[in-house]
Amino acid sequence: MKEIVIISGKGGTGKTSIVAGFASLAENKALCDADVDAADLHLIMDPEIRECHDFESGHTAIIDQKKCTQCGICRDLCRWDAISDDYVVDPIECEGCGVCYYFCPEEAVDFPLNTCGEWYISDTRFGPMAHARLGIAEENSGKLVTLIRQEGKKLAEAEDLDLLLTDGPPGIGCPVIASLGGASAVLIVSEPTVSGRHDMERVAELAAFFRVPTMLCVNKFDLNPDQGEAIEAFAREKNVKVLGRVPFDPAFTRAMVQGKNIVEFDGGSEGCRAVKDIWEKLTRAIEN
Amino acid sequence: MIISIASGKGGTGKTTVATNLALSFGSDVQILDCDVEEPNSHLFIRPVIDEVETITTPVPQVDMEKCTLCGKCGDICQFKAIVVIGETVLPFHELCHSCGGCVEVCPEKAITETGRELGIVERGKRNGIEFVHGRLRVGEAMSPPLIKKVRTYARPGALTIIDAPPGTSCPVIASMRGADFVLLVTEPTPFGLHDLKLAVGAVRILKIPCGLVINRSDMGDDRVRRYAEGEDVPVLMEIPFDRRIAEAYSRGEMIVETMPEWKDRFLDLYHGIEEVVAEKEQVQ
Repeated sequence: MKEIVIISGKGGTGKTSIVAGFASLAENKALCDADVDAADLHLIMDPEIRECHDFESGHTAIIDQKKCTQCGICRDLCRWDAISDDYVVDPIECEGCGVCYYFCPEEAVDFPLNTCGEWYISDTRFGPMAHARLGIAEENSGKLVTLIRQEGKKLAEAEDLDLLLTDGPPGIGCPVIASLGGASAVLIVSEPTVSGRHDMERVAELAAFFRVPTMLCVNKFDLNPDQGEAIEAFAREKNVKVLGRVPFDPAFTRAMVQGKNIVEFDGGSEGCRAVKDIWEKLTRAIEN
Repeated sequence: MIISIASGKGGTGKTTVATNLALSFGSDVQILDCDVEEPNSHLFIRPVIDEVETITTPVPQVDMEKCTLCGKCGDICQFKAIVVIGETVLPFHELCHSCGGCVEVCPEKAITETGRELGIVERGKRNGIEFVHGRLRVGEAMSPPLIKKVRTYARPGALTIIDAPPGTSCPVIASMRGADFVLLVTEPTPFGLHDLKLAVGAVRILKIPCGLVINRSDMGDDRVRRYAEGEDVPVLMEIPFDRRIAEAYSRGEMIVETMPEWKDRFLDLYHGIEEVVAEKEQVQ
């Protein structure tokens, strides 16, 4: 079983629209949405939830005011300034390090496990899907990314599927790092803008760090062909395989508004033809 | 006043709004780019950088001469960042959250701290705009401490514009907390709306007044507008899709440079924000 992770560095380059298109083209696959912070793939996939689980991770300190003697030890030790003058823990600032819990001489600090999201196994018209929702303002998104990818792999293996298509998060930080380890290949979806290029360079460097074979496609290529070519040239220099170009095509937005992918919405559109072409090259590349 | 510009969904135009608002405002204005994973504001502001600082976070180092292998450091660590293995203690610096628990708990005082590089903070100027951004080291997972460092450069009295990262988890909270106003930039698509709802949820948790910019306002449907009306989130600006804007952006040019007539619209946006903030202050 192979896993292809689609990332972008910069947000909004069209990752999810392209993954949704691939869902129509790939055979024997499961889908995974690892952009747990702002998951959107389900808006096209329209999943029917088969299983729903709580995601429990990390702890938050709570001070029992009846036991607290306001000795100040916890406030002195807390490096997050998460404990107020009147000894109330701010759950947003609390890092969950447990130092106050450990050192409180009155055992006045409780340190319960957090439920910080949910994850799901679902059925879609394209096959099974593992996806998740991190609670708003919650931490541990990297751990949820790791978990949902593991569940995606288990799901694909249990149903004897050859491929896991994973929609990754933007950026280069903890959730992206969690989405790269152990992937068979990474596809970077870039855009021909100064920011698309800047961000692609950083995320390509990160992928190289993890020694994952990396590929590239440039979306909305015709917005600035010179910039697009510069991105492709950079990719070749860094041994990132250039798969193709997707034109700026309003059909992607129109498809999304109807809850469809580009292949379902308009198989003859320029955007669809480009996505098909990239998918064929991608399939050949991972077979080798 | 601190205005944090956020979105939920990536690529909706946060940086465009942040940089054009700053340039339109003209003087006594700062941009703090807190999207430290993928900072982009500098590509448009093109500041002359005159200060570069390497930012580190404390991580443990163990003096094995003093260590008795008692294992208390491993017990207190919630992040599995320090463990006793056989006759030695292994700190895993990349997992460490810098809480200092192991240093504090060690009965032999065998643990001291050294630094792990988080990234850099660069500061500079251009055309009266003070510019600060963080650049997370590639391979570093934790962005909030670097974001907090960037935010220490907010100058009271100036207009401080924060370019926040996408999403709604800890880096976004670190970029919004303590702001006087959060300006949410969205697009009128199902993805834009879905992620906008999450972003509004985050702003409500933090109890900060917010307003909306709808970018590419003519590409999609009217569900974002209906949502904004229902939730009482004021729409302060709409930017229709214009290929000239998209192309100028692709080259690193700002709207107000390419199309100076937009300057007044960005100033109107600022006045709209001022009004919302003043109303909230009156209510309180």
